[in-house]
Amino acid sequence: MGDDWRTYALIGGVLGLLGGATMAGQVLKRHPDTGLNAAAIRTFNLRVRAWWLMASVLAATFVIGQTATVIMFGLISFWALREFITLTPTRLGDHRALFWIFFVGTPLQFVLVGMSRPGARDYYDLYSVMIPVYFFLFIPIRIAWSGDYKRFLERAAKIQAGVIICVYCLSYAPALLSLNLKVNGNTVSNYRLLFFFVLMVQLGDALQYLWGRLMGRRIIAPAISPNKTWEGLLGAMGSAALIGAALSWATPFEAWQAAGLSLLITAMGFAGGMVMSAIKRDRGVKDYGTLVEGHSGVLDRIDSICFAAPVFFHVTRACFHVAATLN
Amino acid sequence: MTGTVLAAIAKLISGASVRWLDCAPDTCQRVYFANHTSHLDALVVWASLPQDVRALTRPVAAKDYWEKGRIRRYLSTKVFNALLIDRKEIKVHQSPVDLMIREIGQDKSLIVFPEGSRSPEGEIGEFKSGLYYLGKKRPDLELVPVHIDNLNRVLPRGEFLPVPLLSCITFGPPIWLEKGESKDDFLTRARNCVRRLKEL
Repeated sequence: MGDDWRTYALIGGVLGLLGGATMAGQVLKRHPDTGLNAAAIRTFNLRVRAWWLMASVLAATFVIGQTATVIMFGLISFWALREFITLTPTRLGDHRALFWIFFVGTPLQFVLVGMSRPGARDYYDLYSVMIPVYFFLFIPIRIAWSGDYKRFLERAAKIQAGVIICVYCLSYAPALLSLNLKVNGNTVSNYRLLFFFVLMVQLGDALQYLWGRLMGRRIIAPAISPNKTWEGLLGAMGSAALIGAALSWATPFEAWQAAGLSLLITAMGFAGGMVMSAIKRDRGVKDYGTLVEGHSGVLDRIDSICFAAPVFFHVTRACFHVAATLN
Repeated sequence: MTGTVLAAIAKLISGASVRWLDCAPDTCQRVYFANHTSHLDALVVWASLPQDVRALTRPVAAKDYWEKGRIRRYLSTKVFNALLIDRKEIKVHQSPVDLMIREIGQDKSLIVFPEGSRSPEGEIGEFKSGLYYLGKKRPDLELVPVHIDNLNRVLPRGEFLPVPLLSCITFGPPIWLEKGESKDDFLTRARNCVRRLKEL
């Protein structure tokens, strides 16, 4: 490939950014007199650690290829669903439905995504409806079969929501690798597209927090999340759009397109964080990882990715995807 | 070897996070007593122990369940070396407590479920008297309360396939039978010790 330098530049840039963040975090930790809240610094350092993990995993995708990347996302999905259902009050009658979801629905979704190849077979028609239509119907059927009608609709709906968010929505992130994107007739690296997407979601999260801390005044929903403000959202969308435009050389997009998509990603990621906070509030926990001592859960880290992925995928697919002509 | 692999699998399926509260893993002789929620209980509590402790610890389990089928018999006798108790035929001269005391000798520990059978969702049933007699006949044993959370959802009663939710195993500070403490008082205290661990 003639544009390897773009990949190296993108990864190198992110490593530089993370190195800077790590250093800033360590300096803040060693100087308790900066007037910053110690808990906030600890949270920041934990976040930076999670980002290092994410960045190294995503950088590895360039090497390990599509199949391994899809499997990895499948495992993350499985774990997130595990956390979601653990904190959802299910009953004995849901057991068999859950078994199918965990061991058939989830793997099947990722198998279909993994079998879709750019410029070759594309199972989009199947994986885009399997969970929202067929598993949507299957869940209440299987629960009804087991004969327990107590809180029936509530139980079915909660399981459906869990599968859609943790499995269906997340699977659109690795599905980016199956797009057949052409810019001026040239094939573009899908790995860089995935990297760009996750990078923008994470940057959106960080920017939202930063803007909220600096000038946040109007809280959107105090009962759900006291640090999600209008200023944070709009500031993050604006600055993410600028950064996205500046990074357009790494993507298949023009600068203005990259800006628009970054704006969209940030807004959806923000919304995802809010929805998941609302669910956690209702269940009376702070983090999905409460059962796992010492660190917050996988779902806390990927909530914004889950919400942004399908939107980013669909817009990109609708505007830039070239359907393969199979003989 | 098989034990290590099995323990890893059990921990993976049950997603168990292990907590030790005011208690540390030790190879001294102990009786771990836990609430009983699922057939996985014995296996998962056993798997939660560090390897050196695990090698010295025998779960006490129901003969009628663990002797059924070749896989279960293999696991219970060869891998985690369970002490199988016949729940249907309890003889006067061969009481389960005497059997346990004989089997553990001077170095082994036990995992017991004093409720006797699995309790319905969330509740911890009355404790049977075995724990009291164990404490009375062997006052040197440390009685360690263990709380098992959420395993009943991983493998509920009457199901044979697990759903991999997350669970939590909590070990609490050991207790002993106090001087002059009546059977009922002791059993209630022991039960409360297990129940209290859920809130911590």
